[in-house]
Amino acid sequence: IFHLIRYSTQGQFPNPETPGYVGFANLPNQVHRKSVKKGFEFTLMVVGESGLGKSTLINSLFLTDLYPERVIPGAAEKIERTVQIEASTVEIEERGVKLRLTVVDTPGYGDAINSQDCFSTIISYIDDQFERYLHDESGLNRRHIVDNRVHCCFYFISPLGHGLKPLDVQFMKAIHNKVNVVPVIAKADTLTLRESERLKRRILDEIDEHGIKIYHLPDAESDEDEDFKEQTRILKASIPFAVVGSNQQIEAKGKKVRGRLYPWGVVEVENLEHNDFLKLRIMLITHMQDLQEVTQDLHYENFRSDRLKRGGRLSSHGYILPLSPAYVLVCQLSSLHLPPPQRTNLCLDTHRVTKQHRNATVGHNGRHICYSSETEPKHPELRRWKLSY
Amino acid sequence: TATVGGPYGEKASGPGVDFSYVGIDAILEQMRRKAMKQGFELNIMVVGQSGLGKSTLMNTLFKSKVSRKSVQATAQEKIPKTIEIKSISHDIEEKGVRMKLTVIDTPGFGDQINNENCWRPIMKFINDQYEAYLQEEININRKKRIPDSRVHCCIYFIPPTGHCLRPLDVEFMRRLSKVVNIVPVIAKADTLTLEERDFFKKKIREELRANGIDVYPQKEFDEDAEDRMINEKIREMIPFAVVGSDQEYQVNGRRLLGRKTKWGTIEVENIAHCEFAYLRDLLIRTHMQNIKDITSSIHYEMYRVRRLNENNTVVAHANGMPEHHLAAHEM
Repeated sequence: IFHLIRYSTQGQFPNPETPGYVGFANLPNQVHRKSVKKGFEFTLMVVGESGLGKSTLINSLFLTDLYPERVIPGAAEKIERTVQIEASTVEIEERGVKLRLTVVDTPGYGDAINSQDCFSTIISYIDDQFERYLHDESGLNRRHIVDNRVHCCFYFISPLGHGLKPLDVQFMKAIHNKVNVVPVIAKADTLTLRESERLKRRILDEIDEHGIKIYHLPDAESDEDEDFKEQTRILKASIPFAVVGSNQQIEAKGKKVRGRLYPWGVVEVENLEHNDFLKLRIMLITHMQDLQEVTQDLHYENFRSDRLKRGGRLSSHGYILPLSPAYVLVCQLSSLHLPPPQRTNLCLDTHRVTKQHRNATVGHNGRHICYSSETEPKHPELRRWKLSY
Repeated sequence: TATVGGPYGEKASGPGVDFSYVGIDAILEQMRRKAMKQGFELNIMVVGQSGLGKSTLMNTLFKSKVSRKSVQATAQEKIPKTIEIKSISHDIEEKGVRMKLTVIDTPGFGDQINNENCWRPIMKFINDQYEAYLQEEININRKKRIPDSRVHCCIYFIPPTGHCLRPLDVEFMRRLSKVVNIVPVIAKADTLTLEERDFFKKKIREELRANGIDVYPQKEFDEDAEDRMINEKIREMIPFAVVGSDQEYQVNGRRLLGRKTKWGTIEVENIAHCEFAYLRDLLIRTHMQNIKDITSSIHYEMYRVRRLNENNTVVAHANGMPEHHLAAHEM
């Protein structure tokens, strides 16, 4: 049977009877097999003013329709609207690999006449996911921790201006220490090639000038093949990506392409000479692992150490989370001052947290915080989490 | 630009580089690359009376001199007065995969006149590693990769008496199987004929069952039907009857590891002669990752729960954790 197991795992396997061969070179295959079974989770946030083509782009990226019942509010409704957070999840499977992708949309961002405070909701959301993860990670039952932390944020920049707007700068500075920021120039078919290059350079200069930390693609390793290295170089040189999204099939040059039909021609979404859509997609997929790693090792760890140092305090929207047992231990071991005893019962797994939130808790301002989510969706269909703040 | 059918309908290529469709299975490749770069850690403990060939077996498993005796040139053959725990680490590499292997030896186990409580220092060592990991994990500024010194697997050497398990064997395995993965082996199996071996194995399995001892692979941790099928076959074969050797001999024109006697040469890696190859395949080629996973997600988690409960008795009741889990780590 070992013969069977050995050869059913993938990967080149030299003749096991080679003298001196032990066999732990098969370890990566064992890990691989486990990863395929488990699948992956990824959370992508999209932020940008209305009408920049965010939803279209997301649908294009993953060839799905995440927003089938969408209703776009009129101007009058937008005046008083605060920023909403809408998370949609879809399960994608390719060649046996399962990806559970959550897209967090932020309708209402930048819409109000006075956009002074439009991103505090977004920041709260990001922090809340960290808080939740910290709570789960410190809990007693850790078998089914769901990772809803935001791994990447696409920030959409309007192609109509001459660079970054004040809101763009403020927002990116507010979140660059919490999430990987990938700036994207939206609706890039408004620009000629020259205008696009100029705008990109301008944006990069302003990013530098204001000390904004965007996500940096890691350089290709020295042992990668030349093609991959060249691809990485091209990707790095194209940031910020200028993209066009579309879900319509247009007839062009005798074949069907996804694009936008104008009287003067067809903009092809998947044509590298027309826009950077393909580059954005490839960047996202080939760096998904790295984006998760940076979120875990940098952003989350920063949040965690700050949080633990601050003490068992309120989360950003005023809800007092109960002390986790691990936190109590940390305090004792490092002689930190323990905060005063908590009102609520200790709740230990996400199910119970949900129920207790609904029944027993009201946060500041009398607003209810209800996460109507649960564990893994069983069907590869869309699930919506609506978080109302 | 040339076009070839694909999920997008087109395979686009730019100047030089091909930006064609990348599937999400590319993520797997990234994970593999990351794993290769990081390298792996494996900590194996060997327990058994002196003279059962523990050090030789370790050297045979990893085809290098990794055991305590090979490293300490001045190692005496004297039996120590108390049980000692000795860790030796090696960095080994194979086909680009790097591994930090730590072999933890326990000289003195079972060698005294009175062996009562001889499992205690071993139990303590195992729990100390869990404690060290826990401390690092709950630290405010913690390391990116927490160094893993937890014992992933404990190979227990049963002397080839041919009859049944001794009280010491039962006592040790009963206690330790609750906190670590135990892989029992019949040592120096070249003392047994095939019939004697089969009888001995059956007897041992019966006794393990009768005493409620769950050795690796534990039935309750089978993940799915595929795992269960493979693991059931393994459970029918354990304990593996092994012979170790670091000497090579010429057999039929090939150089093989073996033991040369007047009545023939025992080939260590020949499954007709002994089950060393099965042990090696289990530990290294197929189940190494699983052994580590069980250690971190089950044994370590149980330790952690108990430890956290000690600090906050309220939690134990609110959580409704079954009592026997908490008792597992008591000595």
